[in-house]
Amino acid sequence: MPVNETLSQYSDWSYTTAVAVYVLAMVFFLVEQSFGRKGRAAAERTRERARELVGAGGVPVEAGQVPATPADRPARSRPERIGRMGVALTVLGALLHLSALVLRGLATSRVPWGNMYEYIMAVCFIAVVTWLVVVRKFPVRRLSALVLLPVVILMFVGGTMLYAVAAPVQPALQSYWLVIHVSAAAASSGVFLVPGVASVLYLIRARHDRDPAAFARFGPRLPGADVLDRIAYRTTVFAFPVFTFGVLCGAIWAEAAWGRFWGWDPKETTAFVAWVVYAAYLHSRATAGWRGQRAAVINVVGFAVTVFNLFFVNLVTTGLHSYAGVG
Amino acid sequence: MTATAPPEQRAYRVTRAGRVLAFLRNTWRGLTSMRTALILLFLLALAAMPGALLPQRQLNPPKTAEYIEQHGWWGTLLDRLQFFDVYSSVWFSAIYLLLMVSLVGCLLPRSVEYVRSMRAKPVLTPRNLARMPHFSRAEVAGDVDEVMSATRSRLRGWRLAERGEDGGARTVSAERGYLRETGNLLFHFGMLGLVVAFALGKMYFYEGQVIVHADGSQFCNSGTFAYDSFNPGLRVDGTELTPFCVRVDDFAAQYTAVGQPVSYEADLGYQIGDDLTTGTWRPYHLEVNEPLRLGGDRVYLLGHGFAPTFTVTFPDGTSRTQTIQWRPVDQTTLLSEGATKFDPPGVTDPEKRRQNQIAITGLFAPTAAFQGKILSSADPRLRDPAAAVDVLRGDLGLSSSQSIFEIDQSMVDSGRLERVARENLRVGERITLDDGTRIEFEGVRRWVSLQVSHDPTQMWVLGFAVAMFVGLAGSLLVKRRRLWVRATPAGDTDGERRTVVEVGGLARTDQAGYGEEFTRIAGDLLAQRRAR
Repeated sequence: MPVNETLSQYSDWSYTTAVAVYVLAMVFFLVEQSFGRKGRAAAERTRERARELVGAGGVPVEAGQVPATPADRPARSRPERIGRMGVALTVLGALLHLSALVLRGLATSRVPWGNMYEYIMAVCFIAVVTWLVVVRKFPVRRLSALVLLPVVILMFVGGTMLYAVAAPVQPALQSYWLVIHVSAAAASSGVFLVPGVASVLYLIRARHDRDPAAFARFGPRLPGADVLDRIAYRTTVFAFPVFTFGVLCGAIWAEAAWGRFWGWDPKETTAFVAWVVYAAYLHSRATAGWRGQRAAVINVVGFAVTVFNLFFVNLVTTGLHSYAGVG
Repeated sequence: MTATAPPEQRAYRVTRAGRVLAFLRNTWRGLTSMRTALILLFLLALAAMPGALLPQRQLNPPKTAEYIEQHGWWGTLLDRLQFFDVYSSVWFSAIYLLLMVSLVGCLLPRSVEYVRSMRAKPVLTPRNLARMPHFSRAEVAGDVDEVMSATRSRLRGWRLAERGEDGGARTVSAERGYLRETGNLLFHFGMLGLVVAFALGKMYFYEGQVIVHADGSQFCNSGTFAYDSFNPGLRVDGTELTPFCVRVDDFAAQYTAVGQPVSYEADLGYQIGDDLTTGTWRPYHLEVNEPLRLGGDRVYLLGHGFAPTFTVTFPDGTSRTQTIQWRPVDQTTLLSEGATKFDPPGVTDPEKRRQNQIAITGLFAPTAAFQGKILSSADPRLRDPAAAVDVLRGDLGLSSSQSIFEIDQSMVDSGRLERVARENLRVGERITLDDGTRIEFEGVRRWVSLQVSHDPTQMWVLGFAVAMFVGLAGSLLVKRRRLWVRATPAGDTDGERRTVVEVGGLARTDQAGYGEEFTRIAGDLLAQRRAR
């Protein structure tokens, strides 16, 4: 299978441009976050509360849903316009990101997640897309910079330290399970980034709510703790079955490739740990005294295990999953 | 439990049996509570972690031994505490057994509750529907019966209960999303089944590795002696292995221009069942990811390497030829090491035989690259094979206790085995020793390493895993929700009957997402009637 150097070059350029565009979008979101009218955050909270009260009173509007913009709404403030430009830039970045993936796939004539660089590229793409969906459903656009930050860091690390030239994959990876198993793993890891960030913000917000002196400047600019909690829950509930499916497919593939469906390889073990932690998160939300604070901590731990699984297990331990293509 | 006790015994008379019962009851309650389950889940995650961080004996025994040696008392302590056998350790087993007990204790009452709720009618309509999280109200044309029949047809697929109220009002209680609890139970029972099947599999599995030369050599699954290494489950003694034979005819590896592997393929013949008596060989093309499945056993292509052929011609003119597999020390260039050992011919006395044994050890490179006189390999392809060998003569030690890839170093250290030559050889070149013994490097063959695996419960594990996944999807995606409709007669207007319809809704689980559905249904129920 020859590698198309030209397409691979275009893919690299696309990747770099996408990172640059994300950074620019981050700047726009930070401007919105910092210079948005002081009363804005408060206004948002009040509106939310009002909606909830009305909802309880009988109008069938779901709390947390953005109502359609009324036509007679006053002109948008400048920071808000900048925030909307940030979203447009993020979409542009995501399109470039997608083209980097597609070009890489075309250059190597296989799915573009055969080594760690490509895998991180796919994970980050999913994370950005998930966040764009969340922004459509929840009034949390101002937080975009905080989600783009880990994405940009991951992509920077991926593009500089873990970069691997486009090449065919080794025989063990030549299977249709590469398409199914790895895409499920990448998709769930990407989605898990969003609840990870949302839960960190939840913890900050909840800390601020208990003690207004803590995070006095940053806290009030965050959306209500309940909104963050709901974002974390809904994204986790989406990602968890996908992750389960990925592990399941991994086991089926391992049976065909390595002679056993489960062998406590470091990657398998860490995936198991992450699965148990996210299962604990879902249970904690149904347990009195564990909702909110503790659930958020568990979700953050889950994401930490996912990141650990990506970096430590790939780069430090040696196991059957050593496909990083680094060094 | 205590409800059946007569009243006079309810006084705080603490008997020993009562105390024991109370203790058991409290333990059971504590163990089956969600809080305990959560803590156990955490412990499970925490306890599994060392398995990813420390070398495990089951996966890599030499590395484990090396780790323990390097870390002194710390390594020994970890070993005592079973940190190198995490998944069979007492503490790991204790956690998951407790978790299983907790799960069963949680599932039993829930199953009973589930059966009860599947039979139960949807609950009574609340008096004040306006207090529900979702509510809608309108006055529509038509009488109560018409509203009721329209409601019934709109709420098809919901479980309904229709009830009458004072003043001619009628209500419908509707409930939907029972599949959520079904899925939840399916998930948890599936997990239980999976753990049991997994444990049974660990009792009855076996796994063996064997190296077979790719020159028409055979391997038969007739007993553990046929394997180079064999790892049986607790209930497997190696006497009842599935009988089959495999013959390796050829092996080919393909690489890219820079030496990155692209494919490994072996051509096999195999015999199973009646073939063994009739002598029929069936062909199979063995590849990575494409194991040969024979009844309950699978044959995998794990690795490959080279086996150099050496001929030793002794001073009396007799010669011996051997092709012994050498093991790769570098997986990318397939530089290999090994030891080919010879007994002198015609010596029957074991004492004497052991004085003049010969071993050829050293390195083999498929594509030789010399740095001075040091041999290394430039490429995994067989392009320019060469061997750098030490020839040793003397006592090789007991053959039963040593690796086929190494010589017994203690024999060298004690002076009983002596190096008599060191030379780099290409194919066809030879060494002549001081006593006239000639050693010739004749050529090289390929070998493949095969793994045979047997796990009678793996299809069960798969089945339970699929059940878990389906149950999980159901329990997370389906929403349990209730809807109530109350139709109250509102008298006549212009000779037409009018009815007040109130609709209330409540999602019993996560509220998110029910709003849209409720709005749609309530809109249909109210608008449709209004239009008339």
